[in-house]
Amino acid sequence: MKLDLSGLESTVPHFGTSDGLSHGFPTAPSFDLPITGDFDGFQKEAIQMVKPAKGTTTLAFIFKEGVMVAADSRASMGGYISSQSVKKIIEINPHMLGTMAGGAADCQFWHRNLGIKCRLHELANKRRISVTGASKLLANILYSYRGMGLSVGTMIAGWDETGPGLYYVDSEGGRLKGTRFSVGSGSPYAYGVLDSGYRFDMSVEEAAELARRSIYHATFRDGASGGVASVYHVGPNGWTKMSGDDVGELHYKYYPVTPSTVEQEMGEVSGA
Amino acid sequence: MECVFGLVGNGFSILVADTSAVHSILVHKSNEDKIMVLDSHKLIAASGESGDRVQFTEFIQKNVSLYQFRNGIPLTTAAAANFTRGELATALRKSPYMVNILMAGFDKETGPSLYYLDYIATLHKVDKAAFGYGSYFALSMMDRHFHSGMSVEEAIELVDKCIIEIRSRLVVAPPNFVIKIVDKDGAREHAWRETVKETTAPPSA
Repeated sequence: MKLDLSGLESTVPHFGTSDGLSHGFPTAPSFDLPITGDFDGFQKEAIQMVKPAKGTTTLAFIFKEGVMVAADSRASMGGYISSQSVKKIIEINPHMLGTMAGGAADCQFWHRNLGIKCRLHELANKRRISVTGASKLLANILYSYRGMGLSVGTMIAGWDETGPGLYYVDSEGGRLKGTRFSVGSGSPYAYGVLDSGYRFDMSVEEAAELARRSIYHATFRDGASGGVASVYHVGPNGWTKMSGDDVGELHYKYYPVTPSTVEQEMGEVSGA
Repeated sequence: MECVFGLVGNGFSILVADTSAVHSILVHKSNEDKIMVLDSHKLIAASGESGDRVQFTEFIQKNVSLYQFRNGIPLTTAAAANFTRGELATALRKSPYMVNILMAGFDKETGPSLYYLDYIATLHKVDKAAFGYGSYFALSMMDRHFHSGMSVEEAIELVDKCIIEIRSRLVVAPPNFVIKIVDKDGAREHAWRETVKETTAPPSA
C-alpha cells in the first residue's frame, strides 16, 4: 500500500513566481477577504455565530449536609445543539467543584488553571486552600482580563476547614459569597423551583431531588438548556456524584403519560 | 437599582447603602454589604460594577492601612479622600473604575466629614449626598428635612424617611439597606433595614 503523502505537500504557492506582471514582487499567501464593507462587524458576527455553551442552567446551594451542585449538559451554537453531553460541573480537586456557564473554553481553561494553583497552595502550605481563597484567585485572574472578551459565569463550591463554602464568580470581576445561586440562561426558571422548595435542614436525598427538579424545570422552559441533569454533593469528605438523569426521561418520571379521557365521541347519525 | 446616600450630623457622619447584588433582571444576593470600614474612623460606600467596586475599595483600604503602618499615624479623612480621587483620576485615562463613592470619616481636629467622589473623579466635601436611582428621592428628601447639627435620632429618622420613600416610589427599589455610622468612638454598623431575609441559616453567616 502506498503512503498518502499529500499532507506533506505545501499548498502555499511558491514565492516569486513571475507571471510577467508582478516581476520581482513576491506574492504573499493570503486568504480571501469577506465581501463586505464592514469588516469589523463581520468578524464580530462570525465569532458570535460559533460561540459555544452559551445557554446553560447551573445551580448550587448550601444546606445542612454540605453543598449541592447541579447542572444541565447542553452546548449550543446559536440555534444548533452542538452537544448533549457536556461536563458542566468541573472537578477542581476532591473537595472543590466549579460550574460552567458562558464560554466553555474560558471556563474549562481557567478552572484547570485554578486547579493547578490550588494544588501548588496545598504543596506549599501543607493544607488545602479555602473556598474563599480559591474563589478569590479565580476572581482576581478574571478581573485582570476584564473587558478583553472572557465569558465566564461560575460557582465555586467546596468544603474547607470552615465548613461548606459557595461563591459566585464572573468575568466582569464580580465575586459574591452566598448560600444559593443559579447561573445561566435557564437560571430564572431554576430559581423559581429552588427558592420555593429550599429549606436549610434538608437531607442529602431531599436536596439532590430539589436540585434535579430545578434543573429539569429549567430545561423544560429554556430551549438552550437540556440533556442530562447531573447532581453532585460536597460533604466533609469531598464530593460525590449523586446522579445524572436524561431530562427527557425525568419528564416521564415526573409526569407519567396517562390515557386522556374522551370527552365526546362521534356517533352515528340516527335516521336520515 | 443601586441607592447609596449619606449625611453629616452633629459629631457624626452616617452612610446608607442598598444591599442588592443584581445582574440584569436577577437579584443574586440581597445581603451584600456595600459599605466598607476603611479604618478605625472611616467608612467608604461604593456603588457601581461589582468587580470594580470590590477591587477598588479593597485597594484603597489596603493603601490607607499601608500608610498608617509606614508613618505611624493614620490619614485624615480629607487626605484619604484626596488619595482616592487621585487613584481614580489616574485610572480614568487608562482603565477606568466604574465606581461612585461616598467617604465618611471622623477626625479629632475637624470633626465629622463626608466626601462625594464620582466615577469621573469629581471630589466634593459635602454634608449630604446620594448616588444611584435612589438619589432622586433621597436628595430632595434631605434638602427638605436636613439641617446642620442633627442628632443621631433625627438623622436616623431622616434616613428611614428616605428608605421608605425609595421603597414606595422607585420601581426597581432594593428591599434591604444597611446603615453605618462614624463618630468619635469609631466607625461601626448601626442597623439593617430588611424586608426580605435570605432564607438560610448557615453555621457561620
